[in-house]
Amino acid sequence: MQEMMKKRAKELLASGEVTRVIGWKKNEFDYDITPAVFTSAEEIDRDFIYDDFCGVNLSKFTFQHQKNDTKTLVFLKPCDSYSMTQLITEHRVDRNALYIIGVPSYGKIDVEKIKADGVTGILSITSEGGDVHVHTLYGDKTYAKYEVTSERCLNCKSKMHPTYDELIGFEGEVMETERFDEVAKLEAMTPEERFEFWRGELSRCIRCNACRNACPACTCETCIFDNNDSGVAQKAAADSFEENMFHIIRAFHVAGRCTDCGECSRVCPQHIPLHLLNRKFISDINKFYGDYQAGAEIGQRAPLVNFTKEDVEPDIVAKGGKA
Amino acid sequence: MQKIGVFVCHCGTNIAGTVDVKAVAEALGKEPGVVFSAEYPYMCSEAGQNLIKNAIKDYGLTGIVVCSCSPRMHEATFRKTAAAAGLNSYMVEIANIREQCSWIHKDIKVATEKAIVLGRTAIAKVALNTPLTASSSPVVKRALVIGGGIAGIQTALDIADAGYEVDIVEKEPTIGGKMAQIDKTFPTLDCAACILTPKMVDCAQNEKIHIYSYSEVESVKGFVGNFTVSIKKKARYVDETKCTGCGLCTEKCPMKKTPNLFNLGLDNRSAIYIPFAQAIPKVATIDADYCNMLKNGKCGVCSKVCAAGAIDYKQKDQIIEEKYGAIVVATGFNPIKLDGYDEFAYNESPDVVTSLELERLMNAAGPNGGTLLRPSDKTHPKTIVFVQCVGSRDTTDCGKPYCSKICCMYTAKHAMLIRDKYPDTEVYVFYIDVRTPGKNFDEFYRRAVEEYGVHYIKGMVGKVMPQPDGKLLVRAADLIMNEQVMINADMVVLAAAIEPDKTARPLATMLTASMDTNDFFTEAHPKLRPVESPTAGIFLSGVCQGPKDIPETVAQASAAAAKVIGLLAKDKLLSNPCVAHSDENLCNGCSSCERVCPYGAISYVDKEFRMPDRTTKIRRVASVNAAVCQGCGACTVACPSGAMDLSGFSNKQIMAEVDAICR
Repeated sequence: MQEMMKKRAKELLASGEVTRVIGWKKNEFDYDITPAVFTSAEEIDRDFIYDDFCGVNLSKFTFQHQKNDTKTLVFLKPCDSYSMTQLITEHRVDRNALYIIGVPSYGKIDVEKIKADGVTGILSITSEGGDVHVHTLYGDKTYAKYEVTSERCLNCKSKMHPTYDELIGFEGEVMETERFDEVAKLEAMTPEERFEFWRGELSRCIRCNACRNACPACTCETCIFDNNDSGVAQKAAADSFEENMFHIIRAFHVAGRCTDCGECSRVCPQHIPLHLLNRKFISDINKFYGDYQAGAEIGQRAPLVNFTKEDVEPDIVAKGGKA
Repeated sequence: MQKIGVFVCHCGTNIAGTVDVKAVAEALGKEPGVVFSAEYPYMCSEAGQNLIKNAIKDYGLTGIVVCSCSPRMHEATFRKTAAAAGLNSYMVEIANIREQCSWIHKDIKVATEKAIVLGRTAIAKVALNTPLTASSSPVVKRALVIGGGIAGIQTALDIADAGYEVDIVEKEPTIGGKMAQIDKTFPTLDCAACILTPKMVDCAQNEKIHIYSYSEVESVKGFVGNFTVSIKKKARYVDETKCTGCGLCTEKCPMKKTPNLFNLGLDNRSAIYIPFAQAIPKVATIDADYCNMLKNGKCGVCSKVCAAGAIDYKQKDQIIEEKYGAIVVATGFNPIKLDGYDEFAYNESPDVVTSLELERLMNAAGPNGGTLLRPSDKTHPKTIVFVQCVGSRDTTDCGKPYCSKICCMYTAKHAMLIRDKYPDTEVYVFYIDVRTPGKNFDEFYRRAVEEYGVHYIKGMVGKVMPQPDGKLLVRAADLIMNEQVMINADMVVLAAAIEPDKTARPLATMLTASMDTNDFFTEAHPKLRPVESPTAGIFLSGVCQGPKDIPETVAQASAAAAKVIGLLAKDKLLSNPCVAHSDENLCNGCSSCERVCPYGAISYVDKEFRMPDRTTKIRRVASVNAAVCQGCGACTVACPSGAMDLSGFSNKQIMAEVDAICR
């Protein structure tokens, strides 16, 4: 797969169809992959990688590094493609400046799961077939891949690419998932239990803003938390409870636009399950307005920000938008 | 520096009865920025207003808070008061301590505490108010009436009479509506057509009135005084300007088996038709579902016989755009579908009919030329049972919770007419209550019982069972005699509930006019503004607002016309300065605001921005058309970056209010 991608990237660069390539680049560790812009065949040969650690959603990176006067090739996994489609819908990226190649994803490895198992001194990790071999200073260990696959991949919502110019590999389809099971557990709690749960989780937040920086839905020109005029910026610093509200407000801001890509939880250094806040919104939207997947097609109108003559009446919202 | 004045109204005992107004005035006097605080028995009285005016002058107030009734009642009053004292009228905030406080609380302590919080909230808001100036917009001197029944006709005639242009949009090929289908009218028993058709002719002949028949409203844009409406003129396949209404085509058309909708499908007509003899406009229409020429290109008889050459099989729907200053909704009603009432065997037996069908069966232009015959075997019915409240005052899912209001009277009318014309026919009426409020209404009903010997039985019909001999066995309860009654009837007539026309709900959305849960349009005030919608420039006429009979409909139609004339008589309207605006530096251009805007007030422009790194970038940003914006605020909450804000209700002000409540 990686070789095919490299070949195609070099072809498109050589033909002049694109001048830049956005993909994944190897870092210091095997499991530490970073998004990058490549502009030459040499760079691609040297650094380009696509493996089981390429979890980074390239849509946000593409948004940040977009250049509208030239064409950029970007490789997108299915979940990246949903995020990108949403960004195109919101006019945040120019579709015409992109050449999109959809690539399949068979589940990405969550190194934190390995670390959580007490493994330290990791030298390298290789993934072969269904096995993941971890070589450490203190010996080797092998896991079945599903044991160390990230939660978001185990609960994969779709293997389809809503937007692409070409595909490498086969096009997948929307998956049946149990991704709302965790939400159901939270819903089953009493309000007090739930409050305590979130207070506990959010108390670990160090406000590093990694979630916001990685989130493909967080693309405001100026974030309201950085805008002293918004009246929210200083509030968040008022006390620990207001601090916690940062995440609640952020979840509200991306409600209906969040595609459930799971980047917020992936990048959180404190392992706060932030994606559950967004998933609760998604599950509520599905319940109240009928099933809706953000980023499923360009120009889609989200139920929360839409006005149509067919708008459901408040009295039938509880019936899933059906009279 | 802010100098805020607080004025607490007693409203007699309305507020002072449950709120310690002195304590409220005292507490609010200590709020930051407040330099004057007073209470007074009636702040809206001249003396109360003078108190405000003097305080503004004496203390140099920069903003005032009036703690009183709902802003819907007196906000305009106090804005004028402020303006008279030289203060910008948008530096006024109302704290509603009556409807939202004193009226709903019994405990003085609790109510007083809440009144203080509400006052504090308004003070926090007024401190951030900025002076606003209303601009003015011209009024288009033309009205649109949607619906050409008796309500729409009367409204149009009255508006035209005042000298203004008025257009009627009617979805059927002719105006006239339900009244045209009715045989006789209560309580005078005069013929409906005899009193309606002269008004229809007046409409057609009035040069100020233009009728768009067989047309529907497609979209509505704009605001009071300046609506732009797209009207879809449906293809009738006949050129209206050429057709003379001679009717030759309807005679020659071979497709004679087309259900006659004007007679509610009780008989057939041809595929090309004129609904009834007095139709306005008297122009033929082709029913595309039945016409052979339109379906498979074989026939063309009408085109051959038409001397005027009016037939045009290639006619297409046409969209007409027109500007109006005011819009009147007169969309009327329909009887409900009776699918949920199997017990009355409506779908099983042709001899079970609705009251409107009975009107057609008894009408001279109806299927039997005015002789009442059973639909099944065309014999004279000897026993007729009327069932009242079929679907009215019915809280189950298939019924309507409200009283349809007209059924008691028209059933008495039917019973009386039948007894008068066919004295050998026994007539039974099953009722829950007989409701006859109206001039000469009870006398009318008494006549049915006392002079015409109609059998009124209090009780409900449980089941209608069609018998093999063609009779209908009716099982019912007589609640007064407390016994079960069995009647062998020849016909059963169901007084089906009425409901607003199905086109009303989508129309309400287009007009952003509110409706109740039964799809009746809501009035601006149920008692004091009964013919206006809460949406400025939209007026209500007839049953679209609630069940009513013909006299009431006509009265309301004229009332709506009076309101329209009052509006059209103005040359300019002051526009609301509380409109949205976008901070282009913050705007992402994401389209969220545009998508929630019910008025289409938001568009996007590409603008060049200087970026922090000294490059320039072309960005898509929102731009609000202030003339179209109605200040609903939907965009401000949809905007993820807080770029969209509403004058007079800024995000900061709302935040300050919330903070004041939570303090």
